[in-house]
Amino acid sequence: MSAPAPAVVPDGSTPGSSTPDSSTPDAAPPRARPFSRANLLQTLVGGYVPLAVAVLVVFLPLLWMVLSSFKQPGEIVTLDLQVLPAALDPENYRVAMTTVPFGQFFLNSTIVTVVGSGIKVILALLTAYALVFVRFPFKNLIFILILVALMVPAQVSILPNYILIAGMGGKNTLWGIILPGLGTAFGTFLLRQHFLTLPGSILESAEIDGAGHWRRLWQIVVPVSVPSIATVALVTVVSEWNEYIWPLIITDKPESMTLPVGLTLLQNSEGNGAGWGIMMAGAVLVIIPILLIFAMLQRYIVAGLTQGSVTG
Amino acid sequence: MTPQLTAKPGTSAPAATGRTMPQSRPVPQNRKRWSTRSLRDFVVFLALALPNLLLIAVFTYLPLINNIYYSTLNWTLGSASAAVVGLENYVTFFTSADAGRVLRTTAVFTAATVGGSMVLGLLIALALNSKVRGTTFARSAVFAPYVLSGVGVGLVWLFIFDPGYGVLAWILRGVGQQSPQWINDPQLSLVMVIIVYVWKNLGYCAVVFLAGLQSLPQDVMEAASLDGAGSFRRFVSMSLPLLSPTTFFLLITTMLSSLQAFDLIRIMTPLGAGTSTLIYEAYLQAFGAYNRAGYSAAISVVLFVILLVITVLQLRFIEKKVHYS
Repeated sequence: MSAPAPAVVPDGSTPGSSTPDSSTPDAAPPRARPFSRANLLQTLVGGYVPLAVAVLVVFLPLLWMVLSSFKQPGEIVTLDLQVLPAALDPENYRVAMTTVPFGQFFLNSTIVTVVGSGIKVILALLTAYALVFVRFPFKNLIFILILVALMVPAQVSILPNYILIAGMGGKNTLWGIILPGLGTAFGTFLLRQHFLTLPGSILESAEIDGAGHWRRLWQIVVPVSVPSIATVALVTVVSEWNEYIWPLIITDKPESMTLPVGLTLLQNSEGNGAGWGIMMAGAVLVIIPILLIFAMLQRYIVAGLTQGSVTG
Repeated sequence: MTPQLTAKPGTSAPAATGRTMPQSRPVPQNRKRWSTRSLRDFVVFLALALPNLLLIAVFTYLPLINNIYYSTLNWTLGSASAAVVGLENYVTFFTSADAGRVLRTTAVFTAATVGGSMVLGLLIALALNSKVRGTTFARSAVFAPYVLSGVGVGLVWLFIFDPGYGVLAWILRGVGQQSPQWINDPQLSLVMVIIVYVWKNLGYCAVVFLAGLQSLPQDVMEAASLDGAGSFRRFVSMSLPLLSPTTFFLLITTMLSSLQAFDLIRIMTPLGAGTSTLIYEAYLQAFGAYNRAGYSAAISVVLFVILLVITVLQLRFIEKKVHYS
């Protein structure tokens, strides 16, 4: 949008050491010189400043969370803002771990995320493969039902699912947390769309060689679909880790709580201002793992989460 | 895919002529092969897809029906007995002060979060679309909050908004102001939750808008630029109209997710004073102090109908778009 000018003037024609506009003839627009003051200003105002502001608005709160997680109550309960903690003392993390069973929460969250996402990815793979490569009479109807399920908000189902799972004895159990979310419309949809783009010829030659569906799936389809599977897996991992409303409802004992639910418990136990450091330590533990995964693999996550925007 | 290419134990014809054989083969034999094969495929399909389909049926479709049933009951959660009361829960909701309060909160929250994240998202997308260095990093950075735990984010911002020891209170003291009572004043609580929700979600809008901007026809934009249209003019009379499919997509998706926003509301304003949207009211009624399961189900059904209307609107739009392009 801004600063389209540099392309107009070839690099060699104007030396970089450009003086202010006075030397430019009247007819030429001022932005024709790449290093002119007006052009630099335009690049800064139109390009860098908004970007820098946006990035700071995102990062400062997170930086504040990390810094505060190392502060002692005395450094927080004060009218003068102390930006840096006096020392990198993990005291708050120790207190958080002993006030509530944080190790247990972390373990539960990890189990729920790994088991839940693992099963979901496999179910999505199997269903998408069946929908694309196996003959079946009602495939279109089934696909439409999956599409509709994709649009049914999970939030309106919490009461009936609570009654169902609690009736099955799943309250305060990890399987009770995992089970209702296992059916995956999102992963199935995304992988199906990808499988449809695979050339049929590679499967046909495998079929001639006598490879059954199972071998075709794992030896041909899966190896060529790694990026799509990674997308589904990462989006699933992120949402399982962050999932809040369902674990909140189905657990009320600390032993079976996940990290987000456990944080609520920590919030309840620390009423006054002195508890903020401990709560920030808790927030770090729930936020940083996902932030790290995102930093490493953001391409897949962004692509997966914004799916549909291009076709929609 | 292509039946004539499969191994055929019956045909012992030479390989060279094997390809042309199926056409001359008697029909009944062909049909018989077909049906054994399709029976096998039938079983394979069910074995692969059934677990997932059953899970979706039980935990996505069944609850919709159950919700409607529960909404006709006068039922305390945890109690063994319930009385069928027909539409009484709906009548109670719509005739009580609850309906006005909850629907107004939902409307304000949805309008403000959708408007806020779309406008700011578009502005950031425009900045990201400029040809300066570092846009790739900035794009990831602004998207990051969207993938973070709502609970963690809510706690961090609750600390920032803390009227006693928060950063915001400190800044306001610096300019001689007192911090507003973000937590105790219901109206300010709503403002606070809206601000944080926009912070968390505007990166999504920015990235989707950016994809839209980058798919605009570059030659047309350049032609307009050569004709002397300034960047603002180009934006208003070209980019904006051309972006309308993206804008509509975002309007629908952000509206759907705002209507389901739960995590931030729960962590920042547990009592829901001033911030009780439909979804939060449904949660409070069933799992808060009252355990009014039937009443909560009725509110959920109201929410579901609203979400359904929006989704159908979106589908009709897509249909139209596909039809005309």
